[in-house]
Amino acid sequence: MNRLEISELVVNVPGRRDGRPLSLSVEPGQVWGVLGPNGAGKTTLLHTLAGLRAPRAGRVLVDGRPLAALSRRQVARTLGLVFQERHDGFPATVRETALIGRHPWLSPWQMEGAEDLRLAEAALERLDVDHLAERLVSTLSGGERQRLAIATVLTQAPNIWLADEPSNHLDLHHQTAVMALLSEQAAQGKAVMMCLHDLNLAARWCDHLLLLYPGGEACWGPAERMLVPAALERLYGQRLATAKIDGAPVFVPVR
Amino acid sequence: MSAASAEAMTIPRRRSLCLPLGVLALLGLVALLLSVTLGSAALSLGDVWAVVGGEGSPLARTLILELRIPRSLSAFAVGGLLAVAGGLMQVLLRNPLADPYVLGLSGGASVGALAAMLAGLGGAVISGSAFAGAFLSTLLVFGLAHGTGSWTPSRLLLTGVVVAAGWGAVITLMLAISPAERLPGMLYWLMGDLSYARSPWPPLALLLLICLLLAPLGRSLNVMARGPLQAAALGVNVRPLEWMIYLAASVLTAMAVTTAGSIGFVGLVVPHMLRLVLGNDQRLILPACALAGGILLVLADTLARTLIAPEQLPVGVITALLGVPTFLFLLYRSR
Repeated sequence: MNRLEISELVVNVPGRRDGRPLSLSVEPGQVWGVLGPNGAGKTTLLHTLAGLRAPRAGRVLVDGRPLAALSRRQVARTLGLVFQERHDGFPATVRETALIGRHPWLSPWQMEGAEDLRLAEAALERLDVDHLAERLVSTLSGGERQRLAIATVLTQAPNIWLADEPSNHLDLHHQTAVMALLSEQAAQGKAVMMCLHDLNLAARWCDHLLLLYPGGEACWGPAERMLVPAALERLYGQRLATAKIDGAPVFVPVR
Repeated sequence: MSAASAEAMTIPRRRSLCLPLGVLALLGLVALLLSVTLGSAALSLGDVWAVVGGEGSPLARTLILELRIPRSLSAFAVGGLLAVAGGLMQVLLRNPLADPYVLGLSGGASVGALAAMLAGLGGAVISGSAFAGAFLSTLLVFGLAHGTGSWTPSRLLLTGVVVAAGWGAVITLMLAISPAERLPGMLYWLMGDLSYARSPWPPLALLLLICLLLAPLGRSLNVMARGPLQAAALGVNVRPLEWMIYLAASVLTAMAVTTAGSIGFVGLVVPHMLRLVLGNDQRLILPACALAGGILLVLADTLARTLIAPEQLPVGVITALLGVPTFLFLLYRSR
């Protein structure tokens, strides 16, 4: 199992001053939520953590080894990213799309084998899209595509999950199912970090939170210490009413 | 559908690559035989067999060994080169419109060749000049598209289209100012003409080399087709791979235009036809492009030689006349 360590990291958001450097560690078994208003740099942070963008300062380490020192292939075997945006290049079926999650695990000359196919099928079934396996991705609904993207990372089987708004486009049931899947991954010893827009999902499913303010300020810590109405109201510039339902705080915007 | 048949259908296995490639290779052989036997003087398969076995009349020997076989093999190689180049460009730009023509590579090569012709220079210089033109165009398009900002497929495509338009204007200018007696040769060259082809071996060797080089990269290309970020997240070294694809496509195109002039359409249509029929696995599509592109051009060249024999038509006209309806039909029938 791998831990993701962020050391004095300043994410390179164009046109923004440095703000507070981030220093935190996503341990195996933890579920981190990243909260912040639009444009606060949540996606940029996740892309930086995945090594897809260079940080302005600081380092990202996997088990103490700097990300920059690892090959792309090694990174992809350790760390999986669910993208918020997806581009269809050429037409592909749902099963083919899930199977590309095996790419980092196969040598250049190797074809996908029965075991790879089994992993992909299991992931599709877990995300409730197995009945669509033969369909072209371009014919799926937004929520079905979102589940397919998560199934692809599940097929990739990383020890560190980064998910950019995994609940996007999902109906209530599948939101819960996906959050349950991510916390199950954490229970198996994976480290999970996800950007979320839904405060209540974060309050319900995350044990740690990172709040990103628009100006580059940030604070982080255990969820119960971060879920302070005053801090959240300042984060979104929105007054909130709070209640406690089913053991978790619920935040409702006030008109 | 049962699990077993679903598996047989979509899991990419070596077997499932071998069948379509085997069929295409067989068709390629048939096309080559056809093209060697047909012509202004028709020959029987028996004649061809005798010549290959070292017998036959001196006339038949010259005709087959020195004219038809080299020309047919050249046509095959050039078609393959163009189709693979087109297939690569489409993966690189994730855009179905990309091909060496659209991106200005063929235009650059044409300008090089026409300039040499205009100066009254001969065969080898024309080839070298075309090669230089293709590379100049490559550097121009890739360099300008890179620019100071980010490098995006739409930016590269736009740069290519504009550069191609520029070359088009230069070509028209050259045609306008060139002496009348040079015009037919130039026009033939612009539409593609395999009678310029000399030895088929350099293009064939290059085609084989690039196909072997691409073989282990097939799955990476599949991932690349889903966008550079997704590819990087799945362990692909995106930038070196992009450069490699572009360079490979440029070399392929330069060799093709150098051998046979500027033949349009093959690079655009062959990869698409194959994708409509065989799916989008680049491990299958790229070698299939090499074979199917070759077949298309061999057949087109055979027609170009025989339709109004002993006169010849420019082969580019035939590829377009054959390719357009086939492509439209496949597109219409597809989902």
